[in-house]
Amino acid sequence: MSQPVELPRWIDLVVLPAVNLGMAMLVSAVVLVIVGQDPVQVLGLLIKGAFGSRAGLSYTLYYATTFVFTGLSVAVAFHGGLFNIGAEGQAQIGGLGAGLAALALAAYLPAWLMLPLMVLAAMVFGMAWAAVPAALQAWRGSHVVITTIMFNFLAAALMGYLLVNTLKEPGNMAPESRAFGDSARMPGVHELLAWLGLDWPKTPLNLSVLLAVLAAVGVYLALFKSQPGYALRAVGFSPEAARYAGIAPKVQIMRSMMLSGALAGLVAINELAGVQGRLLAEFVAGAGFAGIAVSLIGRNHPTGIVLASLLFGALYQGGAELAFEIQGFSRDMVFTLQGLIVLFAGAMAKVAAPALGRIYKTFSRHPAVGAAHG
Amino acid sequence: MTTPSAGALAPAVLMRGIDKRFGAVQANRAVDLTVPKGSIHGIVGENGAGKSTLMSILYGFYQADAGQISIDGRPVQIHGSSDAIAQGVGMVHQHFMLVDTLSALDNVMLGAEPHWQLTKARAMVRARLEPLMQASGLTVKLDALVSELPVGERQRLEILKSLYRGAHILILDEPTAVLTPAETEALFDTLRGLRKQGTTVLLITHKLKEIMALCDAVTVMRAGAVVLDSAITATSLDGLAEAMVGRRVNLGREKSAAPHEAGPVLVEANDLAWHDALGVPRLDGVSITLRAGEIVGVAGVSGNGQSELLDVLSGMHAPDAGTLQVGAQHFDAAHWIDPGRARALRVAHVPEDRHLRGLVLPFPAWESAVLGYQTRPRYSLRGWMKQRAMHDDCAGMMERYDVRPRNPALRSSKFSGGNQQKLVLAREALPEPQVLLVGQPTRGVDIGAIEFIHGRLRALRDAGGAVLLVSSELDEILALSDRVIVMNAGRVAGELPIEQCSESALGRLMAGASVH
Amino acid sequence: MDEVALGSLIASTLRVSTPLILCALAGTLSERSGVIDLGLEGKMLMTAFAAASVGVASNSLVLALAAALLVGVALSMLHGYACVSHRGDQVVLGMAITMTAAGLTVVLGIAWFNQGGQTPPLTDAVRLGPLFPGLAAAVKDTPFVGPVVGNGLLGHDAFVYGALALVAVVWWLLYRTRFGLRLRAAGENPAMVDAAGVSVLKMRYAALALNGVLSALAGSYLVLALTPSFIPNMTAGRGYMALAAMIFGKWHPLGALAACWLFGFLEAAAIQLQGVVLPAALGGGQVPVQAIQALPYLMTVVLLAGFIGRAYAPKALGTPYVKER
Repeated sequence: MSQPVELPRWIDLVVLPAVNLGMAMLVSAVVLVIVGQDPVQVLGLLIKGAFGSRAGLSYTLYYATTFVFTGLSVAVAFHGGLFNIGAEGQAQIGGLGAGLAALALAAYLPAWLMLPLMVLAAMVFGMAWAAVPAALQAWRGSHVVITTIMFNFLAAALMGYLLVNTLKEPGNMAPESRAFGDSARMPGVHELLAWLGLDWPKTPLNLSVLLAVLAAVGVYLALFKSQPGYALRAVGFSPEAARYAGIAPKVQIMRSMMLSGALAGLVAINELAGVQGRLLAEFVAGAGFAGIAVSLIGRNHPTGIVLASLLFGALYQGGAELAFEIQGFSRDMVFTLQGLIVLFAGAMAKVAAPALGRIYKTFSRHPAVGAAHG
Repeated sequence: MTTPSAGALAPAVLMRGIDKRFGAVQANRAVDLTVPKGSIHGIVGENGAGKSTLMSILYGFYQADAGQISIDGRPVQIHGSSDAIAQGVGMVHQHFMLVDTLSALDNVMLGAEPHWQLTKARAMVRARLEPLMQASGLTVKLDALVSELPVGERQRLEILKSLYRGAHILILDEPTAVLTPAETEALFDTLRGLRKQGTTVLLITHKLKEIMALCDAVTVMRAGAVVLDSAITATSLDGLAEAMVGRRVNLGREKSAAPHEAGPVLVEANDLAWHDALGVPRLDGVSITLRAGEIVGVAGVSGNGQSELLDVLSGMHAPDAGTLQVGAQHFDAAHWIDPGRARALRVAHVPEDRHLRGLVLPFPAWESAVLGYQTRPRYSLRGWMKQRAMHDDCAGMMERYDVRPRNPALRSSKFSGGNQQKLVLAREALPEPQVLLVGQPTRGVDIGAIEFIHGRLRALRDAGGAVLLVSSELDEILALSDRVIVMNAGRVAGELPIEQCSESALGRLMAGASVH
Repeated sequence: MDEVALGSLIASTLRVSTPLILCALAGTLSERSGVIDLGLEGKMLMTAFAAASVGVASNSLVLALAAALLVGVALSMLHGYACVSHRGDQVVLGMAITMTAAGLTVVLGIAWFNQGGQTPPLTDAVRLGPLFPGLAAAVKDTPFVGPVVGNGLLGHDAFVYGALALVAVVWWLLYRTRFGLRLRAAGENPAMVDAAGVSVLKMRYAALALNGVLSALAGSYLVLALTPSFIPNMTAGRGYMALAAMIFGKWHPLGALAACWLFGFLEAAAIQLQGVVLPAALGGGQVPVQAIQALPYLMTVVLLAGFIGRAYAPKALGTPYVKER
C-alpha cells in the first residue's frame, strides 16, 4: 500500500509551489521556443512591463485585485472541502447586484453610502448564486462541481437576457446598461494620490485594491481565528470528526459556499464600480478560472493567494505589454501558463511530492519527519 | 489431535509450521492445520487470534515467513490468490466482492468469461451454472441484479463464484455475521450438501454454537498459536469456550480498599434497535444502565454491536427505536441526543477510531485539543477563538497525560498512535465528565501508557463518574470493570458482576451460549 | 411549420448534435470506468485546432484526422498518467486541460497562421461533403418526403451517420462484450475487479484511449463540417453541454444520444422558438432566446437535484483506485 508522503511544512508550503510554478514556466518556455520567441527576452520584458513603470505597476495591482477576490473565493470553498468552479458565474451575478443597486440609487445617495451598498449588494447576490448549488449538494447530494459549471452557463444566459432587454441603455447598440451615477464610481488611486499632492498616471487601479487587502485579512481571520472558521475547516478535513464535535456538515457546506460566492461577487466592485461605470456582461473575463490557479499555487492560504494574485496580475499586465512589444505575441500565452499552473500545482501535485520527499530524505542527515507510528 | 491413518486420502489442506509476523506482532506462531478431505472444519478464536491471517496465507493474500502448505497431498507454493484459485481454493469474504448494478450471472463470470461476446459467454456460463446450482443446492436468481438480492442470496452467489472457478476447498470468513437465523440454517444445509459432494469447507468464526452444530472438527487459536485441535465429538461448548478465552491466572485486577457501591443511575437506555443499510440488525433490543462510580465493560468479539452501542449512546447515530434517559433528560428515537447535547449533559466520548473521529489529523494539536468543545465560553468569545486559552489547555493536557512531544503547535498526525490516544483521552476525561463512553482506549498504545490510561479511568470512577468501556481486549475488560456486559449478535447475551466473571462463563456468553 | 422548414430543422439538429454525441460517448466511456472527464471541452478544442492546422498545411483529410486523433489520445493519456497512475485530482486535471487548450490553441494559431488565432479556411478537398450526394436530389421532388427526409436525413456527411453508428458501437461494446462488462465493473467496484484478476489500471487507460479517439472525432468535426476555420474558443461550451447530456442520459449511450438530440434540437430551434408567444398563464410575452440556450443546463441541474428521477453515477467515479494489499 502506498504511504501518503509527509513533507516538512516548509517544503510543503514554499518549495512545492515553487517547483510546480517552475515546471509550468518551463513548459511555457518550450512553447515560446516552438513559436519562435525567446523565453528569456519574454520574461525580461514581462517583468519590465509589470513592474518597470508606475503605470505598469498600477495595472498589475488592478488585475491582482480581481484575482485576490476569486482566489479567496476558491480557497474558502476548498477549506470547506468543496471545489467551487462557479466563481465565474457568481462574480457575474454579483455584478448584477451591484449594478442594480447603482442604477436604482446612485442618483439619490452620496458616494460614502452608495459604494458600501454596492459592496453589500454584490456580496449578497454572489452569495445567493452560490447558495443554490450548495443546498443541492448538502441536501440532495448533487455534485457541486457539475452544478456550479451549469450555473456558470445559467448566469451568462441570465446576464445576456437582462442586458439585451431589460437593462439595456436605450439608443446604445452594445448590451450594456446606462452609466452609473457619479456616486457609484469607486475613486481611482491616481485621484486619491492627486488629492494628496502626488502625481500618478491614470490607470484602472482603484480603491478596490484596499477592499482586496481587507478581504484577504478578513478571510484569514475568519478561517484561522474564528470559531465558525474552525468548524468550516474541520468539515473540510474530516466530516466524521466534525460530526463527532457537534458540527453539522450541511451547515458548513452552505457557509463555505456562500462566503465563497460573496467573495467572488466583489469582483464587480473592482471592475464595474472601479473601471466600467456601467453594467455589462463580459466583465469577469475568465477571472473565476484564474482564481482556481491562484488558489492552487497559493496553497489555499490568504498570504499565498495575495502573492499568487500579484504574480498573475504581473503576468496579465506583462502579457499585455508584450503583445505590444513583440510581434506575434498574444496574451493567450498567459492563459496557457495559467492552465499549466493548474496542471502542475493541481492535478500533478502528487507527482512532484513523492520525488521531493525522496530528495529531501537523501539530502538531509536526519530521517524525514514523518508520522511516527506507535 | 486428528491423525490421518495410513492409507486414507491425503488431507485436503495441510499447513505445517506456519509463522507470520507483522512488525512487532507475531500473528501466527508455528501453526499446524490438518483438514481432511470432504469435511467441514471450524477455525475459532477471538479477534487477533490469528485465524484470519492463517486463512489469508492459504488464499495467497500473504506469504508465510516459514512453514509449508500442501493441498491434496501435494506441496504447493501460493504466491497470490490466482495461485490459490488454481489449486482449487476459494474464499468467501466477510464483505462481499460484488458489483451491485450487474446481474448475478455477470458477477459470477467477471474475470473468467469464456467468450469475448457477452451473449455467448452468458449462455456458456449459464449452461455450467445450472447443473452446478442443482448439485450444490445453491439457488440464485442468475438474471437479477445483485442490488435486488437479499443478503443470504448474495452470499450463495459468492459461494457459487468460487465453485464456478473449480474450488473444492472453500474458506468462509464469518459467514453468519450478516444472516438471520433462518438464513444461517439454509447456509448450513448448503454446506452439508457441499460436503456430501466432497467439497472441503473451512469455516472461520467465533460462534461456538455454530461450530458444534455444523463442523466435523475444530481448531482453536489464541494469540497466534493453536491451543486446541479436536474432532467435534471429542470436545464441548464449554471446552471450546475455555480454550478460546484461555486461563488467566493473574487478571491484574487492582484490589481496592472497599468494594464499589454503585451510585445513582446516570444513564439508562432501553430497547435500542438499529438496522444497517442491508437490513441486518446491529442492535436488537439492547438495554443498559450506567451508575455513578462504576466501570461497565462491554465484552464480546468486535462486530457484535459494541461499536453501534457507542455510536447510539454518544449521539453519533440515532437508533431506529429505543429510549434514552440522561439525568433528567429523556430522548426517544424520533428526537435523539446529538453529540453537542451529550457533551452539554457531561457525557464524554473517546471514539474507537481516533483518526477518523477523535482528531482532525491536519489540525495542530491545540486545535484538536478542543474538538467538541470549541463553542465553550472558555475557548470562544463572540465567535472569536481564544487561542491563548486553547494553547494553554492543550499544554496542560499534554503535561497531565504525558503526551510527547509536548508541542501544542505540532500537527495531530505527527504524534504517535499512543500519544494521539492520550491526547484524546485527556480532552475527554480532564473536564471530569459524569459519564465517559470509551472505545478501544489502548489500541495501538505502548505498555507504559496502557497502565497510565487504566489508572485515569479508575480515577474517574473513584471520583463518582460512570465509565462505559468497550474493548476487544478481554484482559482490559477484566482488569478494569466492576460489571461486565457481553454482547453477541446485537443483543446483550448476559451481564455479570466482576466477581462472577470466570473464563468459561464469559467465553460461553461471547460464543452465544447462555450461562448455566 | 412547412415541410421545408421542418426538413432544415431536422438537418440542423442532426448536424449540431453530432459533436455533442461524439463527446458524450467519450465522456460516457471514461466515467463508466470511474474517471471523471471535465476536459472534454479542452480536448475538443485542441483536436479541432490540430485538424485545422494540419488540414491547411497538408490539404489532406486523412492527415488532418490523424493529427486530431494523435492529439486527442495524447491528452487522454496525460489524463491517465496524472489521475489513474498518480491519483491526481480528476476534476482539477480536466480544468487544467481546458484552460491550457484555450490558450495554447490561440498562441500556436497566431504563430503559425498570423490571423489573430484563426486558421485559414480548409479547402473542400479536406472538408466533408455529403456521404450520399445523389440521394437527396433523387427524392427532392417527392411531396413531403422530399424536403423532410431528403433534406433532413439523407444529405449529411459521413460523421453524422458515423456518430449514430458509433452510438450503437459503444452500446455494443459496453453491454455485449467482455471488455465492456469489465469496464463497467471497474467504475462500480474496482476492488472486486482487482480481486477477480483484472487490472483496473489497464481498463481505465483503455477507456481513456477510446475517450481520446472520440473527442478527437468531435473536435475535427467542428472544422471539417461546421465551420471551415478554427476560431479561438470555437467549442463555446459544447464540451460542457456534452457532459450535461451524458449525465442527463444517465451514463448510457442511448440516453446520451436522446439527450444530445434534445439539446441539439433546442439549439437548432432557438431561432424559431424565440418568437413563440407564451400563454397568458405563464405571463405572456415572448420566449427569450437565452431561456432556450439555458434550458439544457437547467434541465441537468433539475435532474441532479433529483426532481425528475435520480441520476446515479458509477459508484467509484472520481475515486482513484489504490490496491489494498
